Amino acid sequence: MDADKAKVTLALATEPPTLNSAVATDTIASFILAHLMEGLLVYGPDGELAPGVALRWQLDADGAHFWLREDARWSDGKPVTAHDFVFAWRHALNPKTASQYAFIFYPIKNAEAVNEGKLAPSELGVRAISDTELKVEFGSPCPYFLSLTAFMTFLPLREDVLAQWGGRYAADEDKLTVNGPYLLTKWVHGAHLQLRKNPQYWHSASVRINEIDMPYITADPSSQFNLFRDQQIAMAPLDTGLLSEAVKRGFDIEYFHTGSLYFLEFNFREGRITANRAFRKAVQRLIDPAVLVNKIIGLPGIQPAYSLFPVTVKGLKRSFREEYPVLRVDPDIAAARAYIRKAKAELGISEIPPLMLLAGDSPRALQEAEYYQYLFKNGLGIELRIDQQVFKQRLEKMRRGDFDLVSAAWGPDYDDIMTFADLFASWNDNNRGRYNNALYDRWIRVAQHSNDPRTRFNAMAQIQRIVVDDVPILPTYENGALYVQNPRLRGVRRNIFGGDPLFRYAWIER
Amino acid sequence: MAMSVFRFARRTWASEDLEHIAPVPLPKMATPAVVLSSLVVIALLLFVSIGPLVWRQDPSQQWLSQISAGPSAPHSVRLIRDNGPWQPPVSEPVQSLVVHDANTEFVRLQWPQIEGVKRYRVYRASAHKAGLGLAIAETDKSYYQDQLQLSYQIYRYTIADADSGLLLLAREVRPEAAISLFEAQLQGLVPVGKSRRHAKWLEIPGHPLGTDALGRDILARLMAGGRTSLFVGVVAPLLYISFGCIFGAIAGLAGGWVDQAAMRFVDFVVALPFLLFMILFRVAFGIGPGENGIMPLIVAMLMLSWPGSARLIRGQVLALRGQAFVEAAKLAGVSTSRVILRHMLPNVLPMILVAFSFAIPQAIFTEAFLSFIGMGVSPPTTSWGALCNDGIKTLLSHPRQLLLPALFISVSVLAFNLLGDALRDATDRRAGVAKA
Amino acid sequence: MLKFIAKRLLSGAITIWFIATATFFAMHAVPGDPLTQEKAMSPTVRAQLEARYGLDKPLSEQYQLFLGNMLRGDFGISFTQENRKVNDIISKHFPISAILGLAAVLIALVGGVAAGTVAAYYRNRWPDRLVMIGVIAAISVPGFVIAGLAQLIIVAMNNAAGKTLLPVAGWGSVNHIWVPALVLGLGTMAYLSRIMRASMLEVLSADFNTAAKAKGVHGLRLFWHHQLRNAVLPVVTELGPTIAGVTTGGFVVELIFAIPGLGRYFVQAVQQLDYTVIMGTTVFYGAFLVLVVVLVDISYGLIDPRIRLHGGGGR
Repeated sequence: MDADKAKVTLALATEPPTLNSAVATDTIASFILAHLMEGLLVYGPDGELAPGVALRWQLDADGAHFWLREDARWSDGKPVTAHDFVFAWRHALNPKTASQYAFIFYPIKNAEAVNEGKLAPSELGVRAISDTELKVEFGSPCPYFLSLTAFMTFLPLREDVLAQWGGRYAADEDKLTVNGPYLLTKWVHGAHLQLRKNPQYWHSASVRINEIDMPYITADPSSQFNLFRDQQIAMAPLDTGLLSEAVKRGFDIEYFHTGSLYFLEFNFREGRITANRAFRKAVQRLIDPAVLVNKIIGLPGIQPAYSLFPVTVKGLKRSFREEYPVLRVDPDIAAARAYIRKAKAELGISEIPPLMLLAGDSPRALQEAEYYQYLFKNGLGIELRIDQQVFKQRLEKMRRGDFDLVSAAWGPDYDDIMTFADLFASWNDNNRGRYNNALYDRWIRVAQHSNDPRTRFNAMAQIQRIVVDDVPILPTYENGALYVQNPRLRGVRRNIFGGDPLFRYAWIER
Repeated sequence: MAMSVFRFARRTWASEDLEHIAPVPLPKMATPAVVLSSLVVIALLLFVSIGPLVWRQDPSQQWLSQISAGPSAPHSVRLIRDNGPWQPPVSEPVQSLVVHDANTEFVRLQWPQIEGVKRYRVYRASAHKAGLGLAIAETDKSYYQDQLQLSYQIYRYTIADADSGLLLLAREVRPEAAISLFEAQLQGLVPVGKSRRHAKWLEIPGHPLGTDALGRDILARLMAGGRTSLFVGVVAPLLYISFGCIFGAIAGLAGGWVDQAAMRFVDFVVALPFLLFMILFRVAFGIGPGENGIMPLIVAMLMLSWPGSARLIRGQVLALRGQAFVEAAKLAGVSTSRVILRHMLPNVLPMILVAFSFAIPQAIFTEAFLSFIGMGVSPPTTSWGALCNDGIKTLLSHPRQLLLPALFISVSVLAFNLLGDALRDATDRRAGVAKA
Repeated sequence: MLKFIAKRLLSGAITIWFIATATFFAMHAVPGDPLTQEKAMSPTVRAQLEARYGLDKPLSEQYQLFLGNMLRGDFGISFTQENRKVNDIISKHFPISAILGLAAVLIALVGGVAAGTVAAYYRNRWPDRLVMIGVIAAISVPGFVIAGLAQLIIVAMNNAAGKTLLPVAGWGSVNHIWVPALVLGLGTMAYLSRIMRASMLEVLSADFNTAAKAKGVHGLRLFWHHQLRNAVLPVVTELGPTIAGVTTGGFVVELIFAIPGLGRYFVQAVQQLDYTVIMGTTVFYGAFLVLVVVLVDISYGLIDPRIRLHGGGGR
């Protein structure tokens, strides 16, 4: 970190797989793109939605209308126009692009049909009335559309630049054009990324950090922590092992809620023990999220989860969870054993056969799995076998339903309660356990077809109740990220949406 | 790790050296180095086999009340019944930072509402260390229940204004050693049932080497892990050296195109980048449901490591085949199998023994390395490498958790290496020259 | 001679084919494929992606395609580093691994020769003991422990000095090389110093050494021209395979020290099931190893005519 040059040095965990906003899916790309690009709306210094390329807007039940500022420029000096957005959105939905985030456009009229190739991209319900006016038509109610426009897949793209580079677009620092506060000035693959202030950016004067340098790419938290200790980088994530060392050195330890929920998912496919409700109730009485968080994980900032909705999910005015508190089920071995007896009777078996727990290969996932294994054995006399798989194999097994229980996680895609709620609707492909509950589906439909906040949130309260009562999943914890940060670096936003961490509003104190 | 690759290569070269040495009858083996390293090996074997009978703790038992604790003797702990959410009695406003109850399950703090402060930040530090310590929570209430990995030591709590950073109140607290009712029931210390009449204090066992990040006894885990490591370390080389010997012997005895083809195949396998293929095989085999992961590990090692001994034995067989005593035996009408058993085997056995003793540390390292990168055994089975993998995460705060298993790996590797060296010196006549 | 070289090269080529085939089928035996993602994919998107990468064809056809492309030296495009050619990845990142590996071998060579010589000169006295203890420590402590400890030591050093003496991690300057190379080369150094000690002992007791002394050759000249030159030969013959082994084996060091070498890409690729990168790196590493072995064989053949006799028979 260099106060004179207003330069911040960081380490990246991994290299972004791509910086093409239409196909990017990961958090690193989202972080870089949040600095390189600007959408219609952006997240402001206090995490509120603020004007970006759009100067003002109007949101109705059946569509949205945006008026763009005239001084927004691409890095080559050309103005950012409504056409760039229309092109980008059509491009992302084009089946040839094969964008995995295409589904996020689906509230827009005809989006799904375009994405499936049934309609031409020009049929998409979005139109540039002029260079500075953009009109969007909805196919279904979308009260959260404004927050979507800050999401990376909604960023504008230049048709001519994309045509120039084709498949190599955004593969190197000289192969993309940006419209945000920073320019990509260096990209040495696997080693070094560098961002410098973009003089063409319309509000360049408000950007106080001149350079963001990322000369280290390592996913090893100890390495990053050592770099921080050595004052080479301004921020570093912490994990359980590093926490006490950071405390000992008197570093300021910060944390923020990442907005993601971790949970145990049960398999409801034919013939699985886990499809039995009594069995799931037994697991619910056995696993205490508070013990998991306080004893096993042992990091401040991570919270025990009791609901499908993390506390960061917005409700009518405040947090949804404050407005609709969740019922907390206390752990009780005696009750759990009673439920197991009931499950055995219902299933007509004398012993519960060994069950498979599919787990990831991160250290925390393994510890968590070993804890469950021990709990099942000592608490219920059930053998839980851990099937530890590296990333892709675990996803493949989840997709195939090759598990009894799986520890899974979900991070919100957009700033609305529905990103969590419809996860276990019977038609959702991400419902890996194939949970199928007509009542659950009905409440989801009620919320999806309504524009009235109260109706929607009442339906969500019903969903929350079903999750506690029927246990389609067992929430375990709401994730928080711990990190150390140079105390002179101020104003860094830690965001759930819109790129994290965000240096757009940061500065270095002298 | 790089060194593993290199060390594997080394054994191959060493055995190639041996190809050119004429076989010698078994010389005197009981040098001091052999005796000493054999003793260490025996001690290690006793540690992992007899150890668990003496130290009867379950290596997978998790004492959640004693996560990452230091060495401890058996002691008594208080039984805590209610460790759910808490809030202080409304009727009692307090004048200072009050501790309602303090044990290793929870510390309940309450402080007076201070005007102008919207949010409080609660810091916790070890009393004997300077500084505020860890910010464990931020709250807008004037009370807090701390449950975050409490251990048996004196803490200093500090309450600060979260917005201004102004320090408001501080106090030292010594929590009592405790165990929750849930955990006590889980460990079978108290019966599960409706009965409310439990003893107030319970006895729990000690941990001479402390506990790991899941509260498991490290001594017991070292024993259990050693069983896996030494098992893999001995069985894998045994298998691949046997296989290599048979392969090499067949090639050497058959000669002609069979020999040519066989040796070409050996060349192919040798050319496979060892660790890369190890990882690839490991992922390809996967670990089936509930398997401990030892078998895939051994199979992968078998598939990649046999060529060294195949070459060694083939060379020996070729050398011996031309020698007078074998020719003589053949002429005397001794059957081929008898020639192999009575004349060839005794001549190559010392060499195999040396190769074997060098292969063991190799295999231990390979297992450790694979477990270290998370591609080794699957829990609840553990190994020294897996223990290192667990331990490296807490290297800074609890170095013991890494250093102990690393020490065991080092000692066993060292012992087997010394044994191999000593055996080689004993069988290698040239060693006498070098040593003179 | 030419026939011998041709034969060697041919068998090298067959070996590479064998490696490629073994990798190809081992890799496809792993459940899942590189397109598997955290979020469920619609069938249309998946079909598009499969077509783009040719995964919709039957395995035998994919294998043929792969072989054809491999012969042209084209390994395709990475699945996870979209827009990057595997050839780009190899050509950018292998030199880094190679530099690290060479530096490691160099350190190992210099250190090993020096330590071995010292140990031989002071046979059975304390410098010898010290070297031997060092050797034992270097071969019996797992490399990942050494790497972790080395980082801790640098941090402690830098903190004590109040400035950055050596960088903790990263890549880009000469200073970034030393510590990882030392950690990587430590095992080799221990091994070479053992060989050096033995061969130096042999030289010291050899007749020509005594003869040279008798002729009145002394000091550095004796050491340089007579002892070192002869004693270092067995060490030098070990170098070929050592270079290959160290260059291709440094990925834990690369991971811990955040060095963008090729090894790191391979581990990542295996975990992400990035087919093209797995194939590219394995075949490349295999070819590299084979090439080194063939070169060593050929140079032996040139130096020592006896080897030529059974060189074709595969020793």
